[in-house]
Amino acid sequence: MEIRKDSGIMKWILIGISFLFLGVFLLLPLFYIIATAFRDGIGGYLVAVTDEYAIKAALLTLKATLISVLINTFFGLAAAWCLTKFAFKGKKILSTFIDLPVTVSPIIAGLIYVLTFGRQGILYKYLDPYGIQIIFAVPGIVLATIFVTFPFISRELIPVLTAQGTDEEEAAALMGAKTFTIFRKVTLPHIKWALLYGVVLCTARAMGEFGAVSVLSGHLRGKTNTLPLYIELLYQGYDFTGAFAASSILVIMAIIILILRLLLQNKGKREV
Amino acid sequence: MKKKSIIPGFGLSFGITITILSVIVILPMCSLVVFASKLSFSEFLYTISRPRIMSGYFVSISTAFFASLINAVMGLVLAWVLVRYEFPGKRFLDGIIELPFALPTAVAGISLTHMTTTNGCVGKIFYDLFGIRIAYTRLGITIALIFIGIPFVVRSIQPVLEKIDLQYEEAAYILGADRKTTFRKVIFPEILPALISGFTLAFARCIGEYGSVVFIAGNTPYETEIVPLLIMAELQEFDYSAATSIALVMLFIAFVILSVNAIIQSRVSRRVSGIS
Repeated sequence: MEIRKDSGIMKWILIGISFLFLGVFLLLPLFYIIATAFRDGIGGYLVAVTDEYAIKAALLTLKATLISVLINTFFGLAAAWCLTKFAFKGKKILSTFIDLPVTVSPIIAGLIYVLTFGRQGILYKYLDPYGIQIIFAVPGIVLATIFVTFPFISRELIPVLTAQGTDEEEAAALMGAKTFTIFRKVTLPHIKWALLYGVVLCTARAMGEFGAVSVLSGHLRGKTNTLPLYIELLYQGYDFTGAFAASSILVIMAIIILILRLLLQNKGKREV
Repeated sequence: MKKKSIIPGFGLSFGITITILSVIVILPMCSLVVFASKLSFSEFLYTISRPRIMSGYFVSISTAFFASLINAVMGLVLAWVLVRYEFPGKRFLDGIIELPFALPTAVAGISLTHMTTTNGCVGKIFYDLFGIRIAYTRLGITIALIFIGIPFVVRSIQPVLEKIDLQYEEAAYILGADRKTTFRKVIFPEILPALISGFTLAFARCIGEYGSVVFIAGNTPYETEIVPLLIMAELQEFDYSAATSIALVMLFIAFVILSVNAIIQSRVSRRVSGIS
């Protein structure tokens, strides 16, 4: 083990650089948000976060996040099961398509939905007679949120399921277990921490999505403004206390997510 | 190898996967292709070669490149420190690296901007002492992109560095190499593929980044206008042809970056595994 140790000075210089770098680039902006949110005291903060429109924006964000996490969990489980338990042609293409959304800029994600459901889009003429509006409305926001978080859960599950192999499921199937019994009793216990971890990541990203939602939202205060869009609106209106107070809600959520992530990772590691 | 699996549920899971994938990803992507095919080529060329758009590409690519370069160096240092050293606060340091993933980009954007304007707590110091403006310049864009890209390089290198067998270093040490030579000749070649992979992932992400950059950029034409913002501007004027043209070039750039990485990675794995 001796050669693994650097000379003391080098070690502490590198550690110092690391703390300095992360301190300046990550922690400083974080503390700045909290400090600015409370600039006008607790009273000002409470007024800002209990504003009628702030609450409506938070509820919309909650709704979009909830729907996308549910759909992506359902999809992630099906896709991971399908991709890891069976051999079939076109697997590679399928997994490339699933991963595609994370490599696309959020603005382009918004653009492709505008092109699909907008006035010039291919689906507009089928949806319009029924009065279904997707873009510049809540369904567009939800779709955009699903898109940007699309592979988050399946990507966490696939490595775990690949490592686990198919022996146990085959044994269960031979003994006559039905699909859902196999899934519940054999597969799920293996992936539960990875699944929870994926859900946490998905929630984090869904809550904060800005670019894609910004394209598809009609920017109607109280109707199609999510929390990040509401923050933008306040900031551009020079209401800095309000913007940072609303941001602090998302900061607290981000910190909770980081703590959950650490806990889940440790739990997953301990079981393996 | 047998094709038919004994495990049930293939039809069901495949059906669900394909259905949701089609609605969320394939259908919108197809409508992009359909819409793009209707564009006239001369119009496409005219749109993407407008000076304002060209300078947008330059600003986006150059700032993303420098930010990713800085992140590559700092990511290497961070991964090294986290894997090789024991020190108080290590778990805390490891935990906060993920912050840019968890914190909404718009929140990061307004915080960085408000801090670095010439009236902000950090910006004031730099402006008064050195005459450097941070917010509303390319420097500001680069800083926002550094924030976004931090986790990519660290998380690519960390697992590889953890797996490197200590025997190689011991062998190099016994053969008389000092620490610098050991790092350069033994460790660095091992982690280089992961470093490149992290760099390209960060680079691709930074080029498309919108939320954190849009506030700090200031959006002065020819100076600090990034490509995603130009697409957004065209969309707000309902000029979908122009927006699609600019987006196609951007998708192409992202595709090239990721392909270069894929080629490098497959070369490396071939070299390591010996299978050609």
